[in-house]
Amino acid sequence: MNKIRLATIWLDGCSGCHMSFLDMDERLIELAPYFDVLYSPYVDTKEFPENVDLTIVEGALSSDHDLEIIKKIRANSKLILALGDCAITGNISAMKNLYKSEAVLQRGYFELSDINKDNRYPSTVVPKLLDRVIPLHEAVKVDYFLPGCPTPADAIYEMIHALINGTIIDISKYTRFGK
Amino acid sequence: MIKQKVRVKSFKINDITVTGRSDQTLLEVAKEHDIFIPTLCYLEGLSCVGSCRLCLVEVKGARELVPACTSKIKEDMEVFTTSEKIDSHRKMILSMIFSERSHTCSVCEANGDCELQDKSVELQLDHSLVPYIDSRFAIDASHKNFVHDPNRCILCSRCVRVCNEIEGANAINIGGRGINSMIIHDMDEPWIDSQSCTSCGKCVYVCPTGALYEKEITKEDVTTKREIIRNLLKNRAENE
Repeated sequence: MNKIRLATIWLDGCSGCHMSFLDMDERLIELAPYFDVLYSPYVDTKEFPENVDLTIVEGALSSDHDLEIIKKIRANSKLILALGDCAITGNISAMKNLYKSEAVLQRGYFELSDINKDNRYPSTVVPKLLDRVIPLHEAVKVDYFLPGCPTPADAIYEMIHALINGTIIDISKYTRFGK
Repeated sequence: MIKQKVRVKSFKINDITVTGRSDQTLLEVAKEHDIFIPTLCYLEGLSCVGSCRLCLVEVKGARELVPACTSKIKEDMEVFTTSEKIDSHRKMILSMIFSERSHTCSVCEANGDCELQDKSVELQLDHSLVPYIDSRFAIDASHKNFVHDPNRCILCSRCVRVCNEIEGANAINIGGRGINSMIIHDMDEPWIDSQSCTSCGKCVYVCPTGALYEKEITKEDVTTKREIIRNLLKNRAENE
C-alpha cells in the first residue's frame, strides 16, 4: 500500500487545532499506518516537501511569509484541508482587521514597550504583516474545510477517515464555526 | 376599507398539492403541510418583512426567486423549495450575512446558542463565499441590563418589530443606510438615554445572534426568559 504523504502546518493560529489533532488519542494509532508525516510541528523538517498528497493547514494568513508558504503548499500539495476557524474565517487572528495592522504594531512596539530604544518596528528577520489577515481560500484554492475553534478531534477523525476511504461525509454533524 | 373575502386556494409545493387561505403566505402554508423552508428573520407572532432572504423559493413562471415569508399564495401556482439554484442562492446570502459584520463565533456571547450559526450547519456552509468586509461599530453597553453590539447584528429587525408590535414602545428602529445601517434607540441616543424604552428585554430575547444580550446572566436564565417571550409571541398570534 502506498502511504498518504501528509504535511500539517500551523500559520496564524493558536496551535489549538494541532492539539485537537493529538486529542484523537488512540485513534492516531489506527490512522498512523496510512500516513507518512513529511512536514509538521510534530516532526522536524525545515523545508516544505514536494509531492505532498494532503496538507492540513491551521491558522489564517497574516504575514508575507504566510502568503509565500501557502502558495508553495498549494503548488506542492494535491489536496489542502483548512483546519479550524482561523484558516476558514480568519477568526481571532483576523480580529485585528477591525483596527488594522498599523494600530497593532503601534500598540505592541511603542505604547506597551519600555525597551524599544530605536523607536522602530522590527523590519528584518520577522515577516512583515499584511494589511489584513485573510482566510486561506482568499489566497489559494482550498479543497476541504473543517471549521471549529478548535475543530473537535471527532470531526478531524471522521474527515481523515472519509479521505482515506474516499467517502463523502457531512461535516456539519461533527463541527461548526466556533465549536 | 373593503375587506377582501378570504377564499381557499390550492396550488403545488414541490409537486404536492396543498391548500391554504388566500390571506396566507407561502411560508405559512408550507409550514402547515410540514414542508420545510429555512428562515432567519421570521419569528412566529411577529410581522414578516423578508429582510434575510433565506426563505427564497422558486415560483414557476416568475423571473426571480421570491421570499416565502412575504409572498401571498395564488391559485394554481407551482412552488419549489429546493433546487440547485435555490441552494446556491441561500449559501451566497448566508455568506454575505457572515461577511458583512464581524461574526467571530469563538469570542461571541451567543456561541452555541445562535440562530445564524445554526443556519451555517443547516445549509452546510463551511466557509464564506465572499471576502470579509471587516467593518467596526461602537458597542453600546450604556443600559444597566443590556448590551447592543452592532458588530454581530444581521439587521433582521426582529427587535424593531417586537418593540413596536408586542411591547408597543417603538423605542427601536433602523438608522443609517445600506451596509452601515444600525439598530438605534429613539433618535440614535445611547440606550440608557432612551425615553421610550421600557427595559422589558423583549428585543434581547428575540435576537437571533449575540447583537443584543443581557449582562451578568446565566445560560439557564437566558433559556427561561427566551421561552417566556417566545411563548408570549405565539399566544398573541393565536389569539388574534
